[in-house]
Amino acid sequence: MSVTFRKLLSMNSQSHYSAFAQRIGARLLSFFQFVGGFTKLCFEIGSECFERPFYPRLVLQQILTIGVQSILLVSITALATGSVMALQFGYGLAKFGGTLYVPKIVAMAILREMGPVFTSLLVAGRIGSGIASEVGSMKVTQQIDAIRALGTSPIKRIVIPRLLASLIALPILTLLADYIGLIGAMIVCYNDLAINSEYFISKSIESLVMTDILTGMAKTVVFAFFISVTACWKGLNTEGGTQGVGNSTTWVVVTSSIFIMIGDYFLTKLFIITVYAH
Amino acid sequence: MIQKTTNPRIALEVRNLHKAFGQKVVHRGVSFELYEGEILGLFGGSGTGKSVVLRSIIGLEKPDQGEIIFEGTNIVGLKEKHLVKIRTQMGYVFQNGALFDSLTVEENLAYPLKEHTSLSAQEIHLRVNKMLELIDMKGSNSLFPSELSGGMQKRAGLARATILEPKVILFDEPTAGLDPVNTKRLLENIKKLKKGGITGIFVTHDIPSAFEIADRIAILYQGKIYIIDTVENIKKSTDPLVQSFVSGSFH
Repeated sequence: MSVTFRKLLSMNSQSHYSAFAQRIGARLLSFFQFVGGFTKLCFEIGSECFERPFYPRLVLQQILTIGVQSILLVSITALATGSVMALQFGYGLAKFGGTLYVPKIVAMAILREMGPVFTSLLVAGRIGSGIASEVGSMKVTQQIDAIRALGTSPIKRIVIPRLLASLIALPILTLLADYIGLIGAMIVCYNDLAINSEYFISKSIESLVMTDILTGMAKTVVFAFFISVTACWKGLNTEGGTQGVGNSTTWVVVTSSIFIMIGDYFLTKLFIITVYAH
Repeated sequence: MIQKTTNPRIALEVRNLHKAFGQKVVHRGVSFELYEGEILGLFGGSGTGKSVVLRSIIGLEKPDQGEIIFEGTNIVGLKEKHLVKIRTQMGYVFQNGALFDSLTVEENLAYPLKEHTSLSAQEIHLRVNKMLELIDMKGSNSLFPSELSGGMQKRAGLARATILEPKVILFDEPTAGLDPVNTKRLLENIKKLKKGGITGIFVTHDIPSAFEIADRIAILYQGKIYIIDTVENIKKSTDPLVQSFVSGSFH
């Protein structure tokens, strides 16, 4: 009886191990599929980007969708983020009598980190999901096949306009977010921390250099590239009808968000070594 | 059991096509010829790869082996860039129309003209209107696909596929999911095109429609063309498998 039980137990644990191994294998496979597919798509973009025909109107349309229609969302978030940061730093530093350092710290944090990262996360949520669901829907309803069957390229008509629009719109949105975030912080400093606006502006300008803005924008260029290409790749490879579209959308938001957070760490480290240190 | 009819010039030739999706083998040597001016009806059970044949012909699917000869060129293995010219000479009518959601009917129909011709906007507009009249959709220029009925979407898809006057038209189950009235309307549109001498392959489960439209019928069975013959001979065939297709009792 006990031998049979042990056998059953061993079989059970074996099947658990095999299921676990299968899950790991499937995850690894899908990761390599993504890396391979992403790289292939980048090469295709590179080879078709400079070939005729060009579709400037499609790029403008996408700038409108990606950039202009994100302004309100980015502005509200930036205003709230700047305000909250000023409040937190204000009350935290007040214990050590360091309230007057708030403008410097908040300005640097917004321009170097919060502006680019929050804007990119918002864009990953709003635009990454939008691109993935739109392209995914086109894929499952054979519209992508129709583009190809009509002798045109989905890379040129779908991917490149969205990529270019993201590369243009995201840095501009980040600049806007930086500006509005600083305004939010300035309002809180004036209302809650008794720091007047002239002092806030002069200390912010004093502590910031051009590289702070440029490195923040450089991060967003990297994030914009990743978000748009990932969303397009996933959309173009969507399968399984409407459920597949939903899965693709979720996958793009999760993957892009993870990349932004991890990528931000490495980019910050790179900028510390190459730019901030000098 | 492949029979050939003596007909004029070959418009398209499919030779020994093999295709598998993972473990599932779909084609095990599909071969047939399409003659100029004829419509070939392609029958087969579900999952036998009828649509895959059409998708391979227009380069949307890469066969594992075999040749597809069109205008003296083997399409198989051509890069996307080189397929463009081939695709402008072929029209593909998708099962659900596959109209672009974000474009109006006029923009959908104008799409191939804008991409592949140097016609002026006015000329394109006139040509689109002419085509809309032909498919009984006059005045629906500014409607979006979501505002059209299923039948209208398919007719608009047919118009878009044929507006460049391609040499070969590939119909992928154009009547699937349509009610009898809309099926009749669509078939009448195809007949109008047929009078103009189009060449095409008509993939369908709808046997009466295929008999009405096609000149010859091919049956795809177990990855190969089981029989290819004129509609009359197919109807008269005593072969049990052919009969089961003709009577609609094949599963």
